[in-house]
Amino acid sequence: MSITGAALVLFLTFHSIMNIFVIISPEVYDAICHFLGANWYALVGTMGLALLVVVHICYALWLTIQNKMARGANSYQVKARPKGVEWASQNMLVLGVVICGFLCLHLYNFWAKMQLVELMGIINGEEIHVGGAAVVQNLFQSPVYCILYIVWLVALWLHLTHGIWSSLQTLGWSNNTWLPRIKCISNIYATIIMLLFVAIPVYYLIVNLIS
Amino acid sequence: MEKSINITLKVWRQRGPKAPGKFETYQLGNVSTDSSFLEMMDQLNEQLIAERKEPVVFDHDCREGICGMCSLYINGHPHGPDEDITTCQLHMRKFKDGDVITVEPWRSHGFPVIRDLMVDRSAFDKIIQAGGYVSVNTGGAPDANATPIAKPVADLAMDAASCIGCGACVAACKNGSAMLFVSAKVSQLALLPQGKVEAAARAKAMVAKMDELGFGNCTNTGACEAECPKNVSISNIARLNREFLSAKFKD
Repeated sequence: MSITGAALVLFLTFHSIMNIFVIISPEVYDAICHFLGANWYALVGTMGLALLVVVHICYALWLTIQNKMARGANSYQVKARPKGVEWASQNMLVLGVVICGFLCLHLYNFWAKMQLVELMGIINGEEIHVGGAAVVQNLFQSPVYCILYIVWLVALWLHLTHGIWSSLQTLGWSNNTWLPRIKCISNIYATIIMLLFVAIPVYYLIVNLIS
Repeated sequence: MEKSINITLKVWRQRGPKAPGKFETYQLGNVSTDSSFLEMMDQLNEQLIAERKEPVVFDHDCREGICGMCSLYINGHPHGPDEDITTCQLHMRKFKDGDVITVEPWRSHGFPVIRDLMVDRSAFDKIIQAGGYVSVNTGGAPDANATPIAKPVADLAMDAASCIGCGACVAACKNGSAMLFVSAKVSQLALLPQGKVEAAARAKAMVAKMDELGFGNCTNTGACEAECPKNVSISNIARLNREFLSAKFKD
């Protein structure tokens, strides 16, 4: 969980930085999209990511089954969340399911219209280059999509606020002094990534409202 | 100021490990706010005996918060709503007149109910037997100051050793994980030079035993630390992970 999670956090970091260019400079964004189109290294990367996601999900389901069994047949009648326990930490699977559902939508919205189109083009013997910025602008014309994506990113943010420090804790990089520091740094890191992501739907929502 | 309160108790009653259990409701009057929670339970049992009913079975021993024998999941918290104390140190002044108090046993696959509120925590003993000790070759006792130990290290080891093995961490954990207990036991020994020698083997053996006995996995919710009567820190869990991973890498 921790190793695949940490790798996915690194991917999200890159993804968020790349995304912000769609607002700053659509030309640069298109250039990155072109660079990450249907090339062998981008395809290897995509398959690596898919593998990470699958391993992360399989592990999560397997551990959850073990944990449910360990909890025993009878559940407590009165349940209270102790002070200092984050809601996200006890609902990582729920958040994960929400994120996974939106991930499918996201792949359908973007990946299927960008890398997949180019890939199909190569199979059919033509070279297609999709302008990524146009696809993004097109989708976020719809305020419904903007809001859906914001909801998704909030779920992802909650998942990360627990996930980042938790992965470091599981890998043993923590002690009395560093535990609060790691928690703080992780929260800031997760928030920065999410602000970069959320800036895009918010930007298009506002632009569309004004015009 | 001492005063008396009247309370309603919802207590889990279960005849045996295999028997189905259910909650029974009891009215208990004239409970002194100066009495401890266990004294209140004694009062309930006296009342039940007077009514010719079966008294409630619950674990207790020293009643001063050091033996780790008392348990009870009170109103959604192991060792009750107060912080950093065991059930025997919980006082009735924490409750108000007319309160409904729900008392449940530790519920976990690793701790089967023996009867009513008493659970079998011998799984912890089995984990200790797997490696929670230091092998000492007999011979002349070495001088106490022959092995210097830095004060911060000694303090960390002492904090880890404050674990009384009550099982509140397992009871509080949504995964029924025993990681806080195991990490405290591994830490208290791994930090000190006498225990460091066997640290790698100990971490592997105790973790393997913990998994074998059906305890869950740690997802770092921190509920164990929040409910621990001795305030054992989850940084011990990070240390256990470190010890375990480095032992596995060496193999």
